[in-house]
Amino acid sequence: MLWRNFTSAIVSSGVSRENDQPAAMKRTTKDILLTSLTAVSVLLILFVIVAMLAIIFIGGWKNLTWEFISEFPREGMTKGGIFPAIVGTAVMTLIMTVAAVPFGAITAIYLAEYASEKSVLAKTIRFAVKTLAVVPSIIFGLFGLGFFIKFIGFHVDNLFNNGELHWGQPNILWASLTMALLTLPIVIVSVEESIRTVPKEVREASLALGATKWQTIRQVVIPGSITGILTGTILAISRGAGEVAPILFTGAAYYLADLPKHMNDQFMSLGYHIYIMATQSTNVDDTLPIQFTTTLVLLLLTFSLSMVAVILRYRIRKKAR
Amino acid sequence: MTDSKDSKVSVRDLSVFYGANKALNKISMEIPDKKVTAFIGPSGCGKSTFLRTLNRMNDLIGNVRIEGEVNIDGINIYQKNIDVVNLRKKVGMIFQKSNPFAKSIYDNITYGPKINGISQKRKLDEIVETSLKQAAIWDEVKDRLNTSALSLSGGQQQRICIARTLAVNPDIILMDEPASALDPISTAKIEELIHELKKYYTIIIVTHNMQQAARTSDTTAFFYLGELIEMDKTRAIFTNPAKKQTEDYISGRFG
Repeated sequence: MLWRNFTSAIVSSGVSRENDQPAAMKRTTKDILLTSLTAVSVLLILFVIVAMLAIIFIGGWKNLTWEFISEFPREGMTKGGIFPAIVGTAVMTLIMTVAAVPFGAITAIYLAEYASEKSVLAKTIRFAVKTLAVVPSIIFGLFGLGFFIKFIGFHVDNLFNNGELHWGQPNILWASLTMALLTLPIVIVSVEESIRTVPKEVREASLALGATKWQTIRQVVIPGSITGILTGTILAISRGAGEVAPILFTGAAYYLADLPKHMNDQFMSLGYHIYIMATQSTNVDDTLPIQFTTTLVLLLLTFSLSMVAVILRYRIRKKAR
Repeated sequence: MTDSKDSKVSVRDLSVFYGANKALNKISMEIPDKKVTAFIGPSGCGKSTFLRTLNRMNDLIGNVRIEGEVNIDGINIYQKNIDVVNLRKKVGMIFQKSNPFAKSIYDNITYGPKINGISQKRKLDEIVETSLKQAAIWDEVKDRLNTSALSLSGGQQQRICIARTLAVNPDIILMDEPASALDPISTAKIEELIHELKKYYTIIIVTHNMQQAARTSDTTAFFYLGELIEMDKTRAIFTNPAKKQTEDYISGRFG
């Protein structure tokens, strides 16, 4: 979320530069104008961020207790904690990562290292990645419902369970895989970009020493771009951790008395929990504080994931010096 | 000129095409063993392209077509069953811009030997020491082998790259303008090093700097517009060139 606002700050300052004034205008006037425009947009963004964080923090801080973290919701979500939602989000994020990162990384390595510029396959993959990246997340949810649940799940049940419903219904596996599809383009793009930052000269040095292409990729290219790869991956994961739309029809549950025990159990998730408390509750006065605190927990979770990315990058850079 | 019998590399009618563009036209030459051969010529004359055909680095660029033969120790490196990876172990290369890996000095040097399957610590230590000594940089780095190679100066980095190449024990070392990004003192060190190394290795150097060619090489080849204009003992090229184009170039009338 922060990151998006930040990019929009960059974009808006870029736009103001494009609307540049006539050349007749004096340099100094133009400079002052541009400087103040930039300052205003930066301040605006800062204001939005600070205001948002402050509201959530003030609203949610007092309820953030160990009980809140470790207990199930009670009495129609007006009391108790959000433990199952935290666990659900964590497990979903984990399965999503295991599914998306290897596929994404291998695709990125193929695109950056093996595909020739004219390769039709590479062009097709690039087109698909770009398209996937702009598909609204709710469409991923519908796709997950249609493909994983209605198609794969239904056929698996028909083949192995005599048509008894096991996989042809929303569950944590399908939800995680749907989410993996959503994060896949982000992983591919960020890993490919980081791999491309490794200079051609360094690859040539390795090849000239008699290394094979794969040895070069494994021992020079990937270590040389590991910071970017990790950062991109973690950002993609934190994006997935906060999304709601893709899991709406594919596995998230309103309320469960138990934690998910199998891959075909449904689960509770932080983002979805916020959504249902905001829209489905009959007792808004009592759920509002819980909602604030849940939002705070989700924010802390994604924020700490981003922090891990930052720290990793810093560590590895220091080591490379 | 050298006879083909004591030449290390023997090139016959080598042409290189980038798409429809002919970058090199029917080059033939003999490169003597354990000597320094310099390639000179103006930018875009094909000398670097030629150098890169000798360890098949041009294979990495798509859209390149090569005709003719490059025989190293009598074997054509463009014949079908040649293992390019092994060829590059035998024909090392130093690049214009020093390109150490973002690893420690020690790991830079052991990279090649490890790829070749050497894993004994004692053996690797030995290789590191001899390679760095041969590259005349041992004394400067022996106390900090575990620091990153990127922390060194440009000239030191280039000598690390040379040591890294020496560590795989090649026969031939190709140098593509190895000192063009360095200051005069570092350049002098590299040139001194070339002089030492030619006792054990066949060295082929591309350079823009004619004084450098004159100082370091035994044989010089002058390229112009993808043609080999003239090749002779360095002294002869610089004092009494046979072709007018060579004379014009070395006397600074063009290029």
